Amino acid sequence: MANSKIMAYRRENGRVGIRNHVVILPLDDLSNSACEKVAHNIKGCKAIPHAYGRLQFGKDLELFFRTIIGTGANPNVAAVVVIGIEPQWTNIIVEGIAKTGKPVAGFGIERNGEIKTVEMASWKAKEFMHWASELKREECDLSEVWVSVKCGESDTTSGLASNPTVGNALEKLVGMGGTCSFGETSEITGAELVCKERAATVEIGDQFMTTFNKYQEMIDLNKTDDLSGSQPTKGNIAGGLTTIEEKAYGNLQKIGKSINYVGVLDKAEAPTSKGLWYMDTSSAAAEAVTLWAAAGFVAHLFPTGQGNIIGNPIEPVIKLSANPRTVMDMSEHIDYDCSAILRGEMTLDQSGDNLINMLIRTCNGRLTAQEVLGHEEFVLTKLYESA
Amino acid sequence: MIQFLIHEKADTVGVATVEIKVGEIAEGLFMDSQEKIQLKANHNIPLGHKIALKEHSVNNGVIKYGHDIGRVVESFKKGDHVHIHNLKTRRW
Repeated sequence: MANSKIMAYRRENGRVGIRNHVVILPLDDLSNSACEKVAHNIKGCKAIPHAYGRLQFGKDLELFFRTIIGTGANPNVAAVVVIGIEPQWTNIIVEGIAKTGKPVAGFGIERNGEIKTVEMASWKAKEFMHWASELKREECDLSEVWVSVKCGESDTTSGLASNPTVGNALEKLVGMGGTCSFGETSEITGAELVCKERAATVEIGDQFMTTFNKYQEMIDLNKTDDLSGSQPTKGNIAGGLTTIEEKAYGNLQKIGKSINYVGVLDKAEAPTSKGLWYMDTSSAAAEAVTLWAAAGFVAHLFPTGQGNIIGNPIEPVIKLSANPRTVMDMSEHIDYDCSAILRGEMTLDQSGDNLINMLIRTCNGRLTAQEVLGHEEFVLTKLYESA
Repeated sequence: MIQFLIHEKADTVGVATVEIKVGEIAEGLFMDSQEKIQLKANHNIPLGHKIALKEHSVNNGVIKYGHDIGRVVESFKKGDHVHIHNLKTRRW
């Protein structure tokens, strides 16, 4: 498939974004209120409240900073106002985002109070909104759009049609020189050896197994009952899935058949080259997409069976389903209906093309169902409790 | 009308895309080659459930997506319903 042209935003660091958000980003839970007040004052900008940022330490703090800085640094974001309770950590976020070259400013609430902080931050947000609103879309290659994939509320229609549709699209995107990522470490259970084989080199496969085994240890350490009884779930079994292997291979259909992953990423870590990347993520939809957005991915392909309604504030989530019932009774959430595959009326190759066409339209500015409905689930992954 | 789909040529089961009734001659489609096949259903096969494309003996592997998805624990014939009563994970 040819590398299509899209109209998108080329950022200061050369990366391509498909949205033009001005984000009001809280450092911590205490600063959510000020951010939301700024976003209320200044129309068109967007506050991204979250629950953390206080007394975190060690690897959990590193992941927190990586996620918040990465969110501001994402090419779908034009400019950022950061508000934090105190200036030091606020500055870490500001300096991290400033490396992209985009406009960013930070405000601390201590010694100012919230009302004065909101006033100062509102003036800066207004300046950024005027500036961002005059940025123009320019011609870019589709392959410059970083695409992440993850499924949710899967059923047998996912393994049959919507997941292989994503796999077909990924083969084409990687084939044209794109950068893509899959993850969901827990959902690979049962197919981990096949997933290991899909690595580009033996070393990368070993790296995947190390990540996978670490996840298994975490489950063993924290589980209160034997997961063997709950995988596949009762709902999966009622739907026709018999074994955990079958469920896992259905999940792996999302990476197609012919492409190998070129590296293993930690949570919210940005890829360093083109190709397909594995990222260690939770299988919880909002957590996983938040991590990919923080790693710099700008569009997400989300196959669903029973109808997951997840969205993200900065990375548009394109939903597809092959379940004839879901595309009827949850139609407002679905961007692309691929149920014709189940009727034998459409091949996977045609369906992959249709999905890429929807991706191109989304890149050019079509709002996804999730964006129009206002689904903006921003969920930080926490590794352990705060001090 | 297509009543079941098979992912790959190597697969030994197909997946019902509609309810298949016992005794029915059901039509299936290979998703890779687009080749069609017909077989008689020996049981009701609910939507999303598996139908056997060939006879399997105990300890045989069942192939779906071109991969072994588990071990046969009770033999079954072509056209039979394949699920938790005759197929188990190799995991535990």
